[in-house]
Amino acid sequence: MSDPIRDAEHGAPITLTVNGTRRTFDGDQTMPLLWFLRDELSLTGTKYGCGISQCGACTVHVNGAPARSCQRRMSTLNGAAVTTIEGLHSSGEHPLQVAWREIDVPQCGFCQSGQIMQAANLLTSNPAPSDQDIDSAMTGHICRCGTYPRIRAAIKAAAEKQS
Amino acid sequence: MSGRDFLPWLAASSAADPALGDASDSVAGASLELSHSASGESGATVNTHRRDFMKLLGLGGLVIAAGPFGARRLEAADRSLAPGAEPWDPHAYVRVAEDGIVTITCHRSEMGQGIRTTMPMIIADEMEADWAMCRVEQAVGDEPKYGSQNTDGSTSIRDFLGKYREAGATVRALMEEAAAKEWGVAVSEVSARNGEVVHTASGRTRGFGALVATARTIAMPAATRIRIKTPAERRWEGKQMTSIDLVPMTTGKGVYGADVILPGMKVAVIARPPVWGGKVVRVDDSAALKVPGVERIVRIPETPPPSAYFPLGGVAVIAANTWAAIKGREALKITWDGGPNATYDSAAYKATLQASVRQPGKAGRAVGDVPSALASASRKLSAEYYVPHLSHAQMEPVAALARVANGKVEAWAPTQSPMDARNTVAQYLKVDPANVTVHVTLLGGGFGRKSKPDFICEAAYLSREVGAPVRVQWTREDDLQNSYLHSVAAHRLEAGMDANGKVTAWLHRSAYPAIGATFAPNVPGPQPDELTNGASDIPFDIPNMSIEACQAVAHTRIGWYRSVNAIHHGFAIGSFVDELAQAAGKDSADFLVSLLGADRSVDLSKAGLVAPASNYGASWTDHPLDTGRARRVVELAIDKSGWRSARLPRGKGRGIAIHRSFLSYVAMVVEVEVLPDGTVLVPRTTVAVDAGFIANPDRARAQMEGAIIMAMSNTLYSEITFAQGKVVQSNYRDYQVTRMRAAPRVVDVHLVPSEGLPGGIGEPGVPPAGGAIANALFAATGVRVRELPVGKQLAGWMARATDSEG
Repeated sequence: MSDPIRDAEHGAPITLTVNGTRRTFDGDQTMPLLWFLRDELSLTGTKYGCGISQCGACTVHVNGAPARSCQRRMSTLNGAAVTTIEGLHSSGEHPLQVAWREIDVPQCGFCQSGQIMQAANLLTSNPAPSDQDIDSAMTGHICRCGTYPRIRAAIKAAAEKQS
Repeated sequence: MSGRDFLPWLAASSAADPALGDASDSVAGASLELSHSASGESGATVNTHRRDFMKLLGLGGLVIAAGPFGARRLEAADRSLAPGAEPWDPHAYVRVAEDGIVTITCHRSEMGQGIRTTMPMIIADEMEADWAMCRVEQAVGDEPKYGSQNTDGSTSIRDFLGKYREAGATVRALMEEAAAKEWGVAVSEVSARNGEVVHTASGRTRGFGALVATARTIAMPAATRIRIKTPAERRWEGKQMTSIDLVPMTTGKGVYGADVILPGMKVAVIARPPVWGGKVVRVDDSAALKVPGVERIVRIPETPPPSAYFPLGGVAVIAANTWAAIKGREALKITWDGGPNATYDSAAYKATLQASVRQPGKAGRAVGDVPSALASASRKLSAEYYVPHLSHAQMEPVAALARVANGKVEAWAPTQSPMDARNTVAQYLKVDPANVTVHVTLLGGGFGRKSKPDFICEAAYLSREVGAPVRVQWTREDDLQNSYLHSVAAHRLEAGMDANGKVTAWLHRSAYPAIGATFAPNVPGPQPDELTNGASDIPFDIPNMSIEACQAVAHTRIGWYRSVNAIHHGFAIGSFVDELAQAAGKDSADFLVSLLGADRSVDLSKAGLVAPASNYGASWTDHPLDTGRARRVVELAIDKSGWRSARLPRGKGRGIAIHRSFLSYVAMVVEVEVLPDGTVLVPRTTVAVDAGFIANPDRARAQMEGAIIMAMSNTLYSEITFAQGKVVQSNYRDYQVTRMRAAPRVVDVHLVPSEGLPGGIGEPGVPPAGGAIANALFAATGVRVRELPVGKQLAGWMARATDSEG
């Protein structure tokens, strides 16, 4: 086990942008981005599910790429641009958010922030994903309610609408 | 193109299901503002919510309460309203304000089943409310006021449909009487319609809000005036309805257990005894206290088994933020005494259970003479099955926030049972339940885990100790290693058949540590009434039956998990029926239909059931075992699944099973594809459901989609094992669940149209799925899996000879 005291890092403050707003962090830089977002910024749309990058519930965008915020230490984020579910679209009308609602994807809803953030990146890089592309992109995301068939359908619906 | 076009199975079946006939005129897009959906971004949110609540009440609101003896109005609809203010037990669901806003209080917990939509749509429909003017508010724990809030056992609609309809119909009648009085016309001349009352003859209309002042002054309508709508009059019940929480759930604004924030709150992460009944011997917290952000270490007393709903105890790290609390806990050096369960070992315990089912057990149902029938059978078959401990592994690890101040306890938690939480916290802290308030957040999955308020007690205890609001955050590791687990189970089935393949004898013995052992000492195993959860209430026509519960002592906290014992009962029975079909040389579906026998309606209490027995809390008069309903869902699943079409090539296969549970009948045909390396994919699942009247068909479909996917986890991947008394698995890395690739591409759900008494929806999809999956794997590969999870048991299946022995 690591030594949490020795591991605590207190370098120069970290400056980053979150959903377009400049933020500064001067705490323990081993803190994962997840807890900075939730505990320091009260951006609670990003969820804690496993803490080890196995479930995808904490997925955000860092410099445009999907990232598991439970694994991204603050020390690595100086100058980074972070987007969370709250910042994906100003009025919550991203094509995926709309498709998610049209298809009534969520059950409990807990994993859906991460699912949507991952899917948003998929559509950015691949506007017309195949089933295999969806499998590959979404396999890191767990939904215990079992909304996978509707997630797949919603991604396809959003892709079609964008095309 | 509508998004729903990408759900071909929905498009295909909506035409076939009258229940979805005119879905298009529903209120898709209606924007419901949820007073509960505080943004969770600051300490102000909770207060804002409470202020809004008071403000609404201050607008001259009118509270309608529906009680068991009809309906009454609560005149004192202001902040002086308190439980006990009325001399009877009210259930207050509806409030109408003078601005026309209708607030419907949802007293059941939302955990993905859609009750926050389904309950309001029933009430609003009966009220003739304007859906766009409706708001949904989440109730605090107060069962004297609301009726049962224990969101468990698939009971929300099956226990409350009538009460919701009555509540709505009462408001409608009241509004009509108020309008008639204002206009000086007979009440028979007016009718409520979409948020207003219309006088047909004159064309006059008046909105509900404008009628509140008069409605307050008149007596409650007589029982004869409270008329429930006919099916043809319904606007929303039984039809397509957009779920009300979709906007918060897709924008990160939904408030779950860990999302409530209070000023000055601390975060606690707790080291709990790794063995049930274990104790702290020594703690060295010096390193933990040096972690930046860690403020205090607090001991929580251990609760000896049976610990019921009380916390396990342990050592809590109180910190300024979650990360510091997690790191602080890692830095604790604790010496534990494992106690009497420190030798619990899953491999050894499996052998214990298997030995137990090889001995006679306590009868749960006894019909005819099984030994003689077995002796005279022309063909006998026996098989043993094993299902390991499972964990709910809901996506949201439990978390709760509590504030104890001035003798009052206030908690915010994702709880399935806020009244149990309130009472348990009161008992644990030794305070009056009247001084405990439990607010219910959204639940990030429940599945039975969140019926247990141990984590809420932890937060309340720590808040009192620390003198500040405390959020207790369980990590995923805590969730898997310190939770209430689904029972490990062994089953032995024996059957005899005559020369025609008719089953003449059925012996079923099961052994599993009982849920009761979590709550009472010296529980030797399951009681007969646990067998009525899907083993002794089977719909088969067999003249000689013995269904027995065998001994099994609990060594960890056992709790209910979605469909409970029906998980392992369903797997064992569903598999064994298929094995019998193979042995008889018959098509599995044909065999299943013939095993159901002639249609009959049976009061099982008079058909061999041994007390104590239950029928999911219902009477046998209301809900007899109806084998015709079972037959029809089986035939529907056969018909819709393509069962009769060309046989699938090796590596692909279909399996079928039926189960009655929670008063509903679900048949399932699962189609699997097994890759050469043993990976299992499920291209298609066909589900046929007779659950009586279904209020919200799309959420019922969603529950069936979820049920097959959760059953895939239970059957294919998941397993909790113990070594030296401790759970071996720690996270989703080694506790595996279904992911996107394997999940069904199509879940084709067929809901039998019915005006019958409602059965459950949330759970009944799970029990048939385990057997159907195992049977499909056998059809695809020739490998019969009798011990779960399937895991790697199919590796190398292509090289193996067909294994069809019994």
